[in-house]
Amino acid sequence: MGKIKGVVVVDTERCKGCNLCVVACPLKVLALAKEVNLKGYNYAQQVLEDTCTGCTSCAVVCPDGCLTVYRTKVE
Amino acid sequence: MDRSDIIKPENLVYSKPKLMNDNPMHYCPGCSHGVVHKLIAEVIEEMGMEHKSVGVSPVGCAVFIYNYLDIDWEEAAHGRAPAVATAIKRLWPDRLVFSYQGDGDLAAIGTAETIHALNRGENITIIFINNAIYGMTGGQMAPTTLIGMKTATCPYGRDPKIQGYPLKITEIAAQLEGTAYVTRQSVQTPAAIRKAKKAIRKAFDNSMQGKGSNLVEIVSTCNSGWKMSPEKANKWMEENMFPFYPLGDLKDKE
Repeated sequence: MGKIKGVVVVDTERCKGCNLCVVACPLKVLALAKEVNLKGYNYAQQVLEDTCTGCTSCAVVCPDGCLTVYRTKVE
Repeated sequence: MDRSDIIKPENLVYSKPKLMNDNPMHYCPGCSHGVVHKLIAEVIEEMGMEHKSVGVSPVGCAVFIYNYLDIDWEEAAHGRAPAVATAIKRLWPDRLVFSYQGDGDLAAIGTAETIHALNRGENITIIFINNAIYGMTGGQMAPTTLIGMKTATCPYGRDPKIQGYPLKITEIAAQLEGTAYVTRQSVQTPAAIRKAKKAIRKAFDNSMQGKGSNLVEIVSTCNSGWKMSPEKANKWMEENMFPFYPLGDLKDKE
C-alpha cells in the first residue's frame, strides 16, 4: 500500500502568526518560525517533511487563507 | 519524493477560495471573521452564484468585507442591513441576498430591523457573528455579553441587576413564523467549520428556493477584545459561550 504524503505551502507574507493552524494539526507538522515577515509576524511553516498526510485541517482553520495543501500517493 | 514534486496543480487539495482576493485582511490575527468569509466564498462558488450574489455589510469589524470577497456588496447604515437586504431581494428576486452582521450591529442597534425582516419571511439569509463584545470600538459590553464577563464598560463583570441579561436573538428568531432555518454554529475546529459551511449552504439554498428567512449564528471569538491568545480564546469560548449559546439547529422548516 502506498503512503499518502502532503505538503503545506504557507503564504508567509499574508500569515499573521495566529498559531491556530499549529494547534489544529493532528500530527504537529507545523510550527511558527523564529523569523518574522515584513509585517513583523512569526509566520507558520512546515517543520516535519514526511509526517504530513495533507488532511487540510490547518488550511481549513486558517482565518486568512494563507495555507495551500497538496497531497499525493507515494508508491 | 521531493516537495517540489508534490506541489503540482493535480495534487492540490485545498487553497484559498477564488472569490477571496489577495488584499491582506485588517482583522486581528486569529479572528473568526476570516474563516466565515472563506466559508461564504466557498459556498457561493459551489452554488455557481459568483455573479448573482449581493451581500449587505454591517457597521463593525466586517465593514470592509467588500475589500476581500469579489461579489457585489452594499453598505448599510448601522443595524439596517436586513432592511436593505429586503429591498434588494424584493427588487431582484433571482439574486442570492444575504447580510453579514456582528452582535453589536444585529442585536443592539438593529434588533428591530432583524426581527421584522425575519418575521416577514423575506427570502434572505442573515449571518450573525456573535462574539459577545463590541470588537471594533475596543471591547465594550454588547447585549450578548455573558453574565460575569469583563469588558471595557463592565470592568467588574456584567451584573444583571445593572446591565440586564444577555440577549439570545437566535432563540427569538426560532419563534417567528417567517423563519425557515435558524441555526447556531461555531468555527473553532475543522469539524465545526465543516458543519458551519453546511449550515450556510442550507440557508442560502432556502433563500433561493423562497422558503423564508434564514438566520445562521456563528459563535465566534474576539481574542483582542477578550485579551487572550487566539488559541486561549477558542478554549474560553468552548467553556463559557457554548453552555449559554448551545450549538445546533433551532428550527428547520422543511
